[in-house]
This record gives sequence, structure tokens and C-alpha cells, in this order.
Amino acid sequence: MDDDYIIEMTNISKRFPGVVALDNVDFRIRKGEVHVLMGENGAGKSTLIKILTGIYKQDSGGMTFEGRPFEPSNALDVQRAGISTIYQEISLIPQLSVAENIFIGREFKNFGVIDWKITHKKSSDLLGELGIDIDVASPLGSYGTAIQQMVAIARAISIEARLVVMDEPTSSLDEDEVRVLFGVIRKLKSSGIAVLFISHRLGEVFEISDRITVLKDGALVGEYETISLTRGELISKMVGRDAASILEGAGARSEKAREQFVRASGITSGRRLCGLDVAIGKGEVVGLAGLLGSGRTEFARVLFGVDKYDSGQITVNGKQVRFRMPKDAIRSGFAFCSEDRKTEGIIPHLSVRENILIASLKKVSRFGIISKSKQNEVADQYIDKLKIKTPGREQSMMNLSGGNQQKAILARWLCVKPQLVIMDEPTRGIDIGAKREIEGLIRQMAEDGISVLLISSEFEELVRNCDRIEVIRDGANMKTLVGPQISEEGIIRAIAGSDAPRDES
Amino acid sequence: MTGALSAYRIRKYGASVVLLFMVAINMAVTPNFTHINTLWNVCLQSFPVMMMAIGMTFVIATGGIDISVGSTMALSSIVLAKCLIFQHMPLWMSLVLALAAAAVFGLFNGILVGAFKFQPIVATLILMISGRGIAQLFNDGVVISFYGDEYSAIGVYRIGGLVPIQVVILAAAAALAMFLMRRTTFGCYVQAVGDNKQATYLAGVNTALVIVSVYVANALLAGLAASFETLRMCSADPNNIGKAIELDCIAAVAVGGTSMTGGRARLIGTITGALVMQLITTMVNMNNVPFAFSLVIKAAIIIVALYAQKEAA
Repeated sequence: MDDDYIIEMTNISKRFPGVVALDNVDFRIRKGEVHVLMGENGAGKSTLIKILTGIYKQDSGGMTFEGRPFEPSNALDVQRAGISTIYQEISLIPQLSVAENIFIGREFKNFGVIDWKITHKKSSDLLGELGIDIDVASPLGSYGTAIQQMVAIARAISIEARLVVMDEPTSSLDEDEVRVLFGVIRKLKSSGIAVLFISHRLGEVFEISDRITVLKDGALVGEYETISLTRGELISKMVGRDAASILEGAGARSEKAREQFVRASGITSGRRLCGLDVAIGKGEVVGLAGLLGSGRTEFARVLFGVDKYDSGQITVNGKQVRFRMPKDAIRSGFAFCSEDRKTEGIIPHLSVRENILIASLKKVSRFGIISKSKQNEVADQYIDKLKIKTPGREQSMMNLSGGNQQKAILARWLCVKPQLVIMDEPTRGIDIGAKREIEGLIRQMAEDGISVLLISSEFEELVRNCDRIEVIRDGANMKTLVGPQISEEGIIRAIAGSDAPRDES
Repeated sequence: MTGALSAYRIRKYGASVVLLFMVAINMAVTPNFTHINTLWNVCLQSFPVMMMAIGMTFVIATGGIDISVGSTMALSSIVLAKCLIFQHMPLWMSLVLALAAAAVFGLFNGILVGAFKFQPIVATLILMISGRGIAQLFNDGVVISFYGDEYSAIGVYRIGGLVPIQVVILAAAAALAMFLMRRTTFGCYVQAVGDNKQATYLAGVNTALVIVSVYVANALLAGLAASFETLRMCSADPNNIGKAIELDCIAAVAVGGTSMTGGRARLIGTITGALVMQLITTMVNMNNVPFAFSLVIKAAIIIVALYAQKEAA
């Protein structure tokens, strides 16, 4: 029955240059339910939300809202229809008071003058219904993130939203604040308001949601009643393939004893990393398996000296190090391919040559003067060796395809003659051919004695390439998989494992 | 692909085309335009703008901007005159002190932008406002004039009786800048920082140091320009020297095709852009057209240049 659904999106497709972000996706939310949208990076979650909230326009497919065709042309249409969106970065104005934020644009006026008494009273009442008692005349910025979110929700209620969309609302909240938020979500639900929620925390998802929609690589995996799923089933749906159909021969895996190269122990950083231990041997490919938000990327950044950490220690060849910036890490033989190629990898308007050499210019220069012939030679050598498809070394980096950009960035790091290459999602968003080549390079590096720390949300990729896999969840180690234990199923089981450090429902 | 190529050409050669056009018009309408002295005059008049536009190209290539160069000129000018005329220091020592004073301003800007991550326009606004005041305080706002003094010959010295010394300095500065930008690690870092600072930082470059360096270099060029302007005019006037000159410098860089958001630097474009600006003024002055017209024509050129580059991007 159509009447059951507040929103129905059918056959939604959306492409961006070079990628299909959404491919014929159906998505629907029942009236008054708490629905969670799940998927790994690049699954299409945010594209879907952006179409729903009028930021993007789908290429094909249609939407109905409460049974009527719904074709929003901008965010205002969406708000008028009764959908309120609360983004990760709260889109309120911290300098204005709580009350002003709730009623901005809809102030209560007497002859053009704002009636503060009514505005403040109404604001207090609204927040009171959510169980929040604060001074509504104080600037919003003087309250914490959780309260700010409550204010955003109060605003949503005041505009009579029928559907509240929350993009990772719990990512910056502590346990107590999450409890308060969930209380509010339950109140919304009981008053018939549907909530769409993005979260990567399994415990929270199982605690609060009625139904779950899973996306993978822009396609719909399925729509499930939360109570009908186990954690393991949910994870395997997110990373693809059924848990049952996995397990092929893991191939010849070297389990030889290795000399240790890097050891990170007890790495703790805020709530994101809680005492993580990772050791990497010389010439070993170590996988870091975990879901988005598990701390896998955060760990990589700490290891490379990009982000600070609160406690724990890192040793290289047995000697303790503390990197102040990436430059120091590079000096110790580290290299890092960020997961975000566009904003942290490529230097778009510079040439392929400059992109390859940027980290090792000192090697082709004397007293800061670059040897033209040497740098051309090095650039050409790597373009050739990694089969980077480009009209020439002087081509602007931005004109290369994703896969070739990634190879150029790998070339950048191979140039520094690294001893450890940290690769965060090295094959995301690139075509299958380039993917194979990059996996081939990983093996080649290991054979040449270079250690690799591989992070991927495709567990298959980890299983194919790693000698050892560290499974992590919520910033802590869950299990170490070696030899025959390495399988997708093994990873999924380890993540779902009930010996969870926290976040249990 | 041809679209991208022609877009690239507009960015690279647009300013040169406009320059040729300006030369052609001037040859047709401006009396004595082809006389060699006209060339030297154009060079002398555009000397300070060109020097600082070269520095500004480095700053803008890192994604920054420096609107304090006019005040830096005022400071260097008064320091030079005080040392030279009042303290009777040798010329070289006075020059060194004038440049050192400028470098302090540059360092201040650079640290605010590079280390404290202030927005460049706001960071350099501080010295744009206060720098001239500091310069005025050095001599209580009084102009130091030394016309007819023993030093009055330096600023108008012509090498071989022909080429003004400023032209030689300018040529040397331009050549050095081009060498730095194209052939050194520093030049590559400057452009990489402006194009993608985070990626450059992750590649192991000390991006804060690169940023500090360009602001210091820009200030040094401002100091050098101010020193020779002071010597040529035989007067240090901190109230007026370099007033609003930062705008001409920025305009030259913009017309020259360097992106205002940073990245690939186009030094030849900058020099061409500065020459175009000067030729407009020359044309208007030498044809007895009111000066105000030159401002309007300049604005029109900037609009056309930016529009062409927008299409190009």
C-alpha cells in the first residue's frame, strides 16, 4: 500500500563524470519509522540523501512524498514539503540565540517588530517537549554539539517536518549524548515523524532502527527489517557477497618469520582510537580491516604524522619515534596514499612530472636547483614502469583518469624509495584494469622488501593481498588473522564478534 | 581537447596579445612613441609596480595575497633616507637596512599566514593599515628631501649613459624570479602549495616555510623598488610612496593569467600585464587625455582579461 510510505524513490540513477553514483536504486521509508541507510564509502548514501533533499537532481527515476509526485528543485521546496535535514556539520548559526535559530525566517512579529516573549516561550516549549531545559536566549554556540543537534531537531519539529533526515548524527557525540539523542528520536517516532539516519555504528543501528536499507557501489543490496538481521549478515551485505558463498583458496601465503619494521602500540586518540596495536614486518603486507568509522583511516593518519595522538608509542626498527609532520615520517621511510585522492593526493594543475617528483625533488636537485634531465628521466621511467596513460610527462594531472592519477601518486611514493607504504583505499573509484595493476604493484613492493599497510573497505581485496590482517572496530583491535584464517568470512566474524570493547546494545 | 588547448592558450598568451595591441595603438596615435626614451620612461614608470608584481605572483601562486606592499615601500623609503641622509651611513649599508626593515614586515605577514593560518587578505591588511603609520613615525611624518645631494645622481644613473639602472635591476629580478619558479624545488613547492596545499604537505613539504618565504621575498622586492624610487625622486615621502600600488600589482598578476586561487604561476604574463597597465597610462598622458580615462580603460582591460580566463578555466 502506497499509503504506508512517506517517501518512495524508484529507479533512481545518477551519474557523475566517470562514475555511476546510483544505479536504479529503489528506496522507501515508512511513515513514522526509524530507517537507517548503510553502506561503505562510495556506496551512494550521500548521493541518495542529496537527491532526496533537493541538492542533486537525479538523471532518471522518480520520487513520491506521501503518495504525491515529488520533484524538488531546491532545498527550500524540500523543507516546505516537510522534510528537514540535519547535516553532520550543523547548519545553524552559532552566533545567534537558540530561539533565533529555531524561528529564523519565521519570527513572531508585531508590526514588523520581533516579539521576543512569544519567540522565547515557544522555543522553551519545543525544547521542553524533547526533554531539554536550557536558556533559549543564549547564543547557540555556547552549547555543545548534542544540544545544538537538539535545537536543529526542535527547529525541524516547529516547521512540522514529517521526515527528519540525519547524516551521522552520533559521530561527534559521547555516550550520554547519544542516549539523549536516541530518546528524542523515539519521541519523534511516537508522534508519527519518520527519521532517516546514517550511521556506521552497528550497535546504534541495531538499537534504534526499525528497518535498514543497504547500498553498495551505487546499487541497492536490499531493504531489511532490523530484527531479521544479525550483525554478521548486515556486514556481509555491506561489503558484498553472502557470508556463505565466500571462502576460496587464499593462495600461497608466506608465513615466514619477518624482522619487525614498525610497531605501533596502545595508540589512543580521543574517542576514535582506543589503544590500537599494529605491527608491520619487513616486506609484509598487513591489512587493516574495519568498517567506516572503525578508526582505520585515523590510524593511518596518526602513523604518518598527519594527526596527533594522545598516548601510545610508535617504534621504527626498534627505535621510538614521534613525527611532528609528514615530512618526519617520510624521513623514516614512510609513504602515504590518502583515501581522498582529489583533496589530498593530486596537485591538479601541475604536470604529471611535478606530481611524481614533488616528494623527492631533493634527489634530483643540487642546492635547490632541479636537474632538468634527471627529473625528466625519473618521471619517464615511472610513467613507463607503472604504465601511466598520459600524452606526456607535461600533461596536467587533472586530465588523467582516476586510475592513472592513482598510479602517478604511487609513483610519487616509489620515488622516495620507501620502506613502508600506507595505502588507504588505493583502488576506490578506479576501473578494474587499474585495480589489478595496483594490486600487482602491492605484491611487487612486498617482493622488493617494502612493507605495506593496506586499508580497504573491500574485504576481498584485503584477503587477496595481505599476509596478515588486523581487524579493528571502534578504534580497538578485535582479532589478528593469519594464514588460513584469512577470509572474508573471518573478517566479518571478527568485526561482528560479541567480545566488543563497547558499543554493545 | 581543442577546447582545453585554446583555453590554455588564452591563459598563456592573452596578455601578450593585449600588449601587442596596446603597442600598435600607441604607435598610431602617440607622438614620439617609437623614440627610445619613451621605452625607458615606460620602464622607469612601471618599475615599482613590476618589481612588486613579480613578488605578488609568487604570493598569489601560493593561494595568498599581500595588500601591505605599499606600506612596506613607505617603511623602506624612510629607513633608507634616514640612514643615508641623517646617519650618513654608506649607501650599501643604508640599502641593507632598508631591505631588512622590509623583510621584517614580510616575516610578520608570512608568519600570520603560514604558521597561524590567518586569511591572507586580513593578515596583510594589518600592515597595510599600520605599516604606513609606523613609517611615518620614523620621521614624524615629515618628508626627507635630498635633491641636489651627493646621492641624487644614483637614482637617475644610466648604464653606458643609456640604460637606466632600474631597467637592469628589473631585468635581473625578473630573470632570477623565472629561474626560481621554473628550475628550483622552491618554485615547484610554491605552485604546488597554491594548487593543493594539503596534498603538498602530505608529500613532505614544509608548507608553512614556503608560505613565509614568499611573503618575505615579496617584501624584499617592495623594499628594493622603494629604495630606487626614493633615490630617483631624491625624497622619502612615507605619506604617499606606493599608495594603492598593491592594486596595480594584483591587477598585473590577474591580467597576466595567474589564477587568483593559486597554482601555476605566469611570470611573463605578470610582466606583460604590468606593461599593459603602464602603456594605458602613457597613452592617455601623452595624448592629453584626462588621467581619469586611463583608470576606466584599465578596469575594462581587467574585466576582459578575467572573463577570458574564466572561460579558459
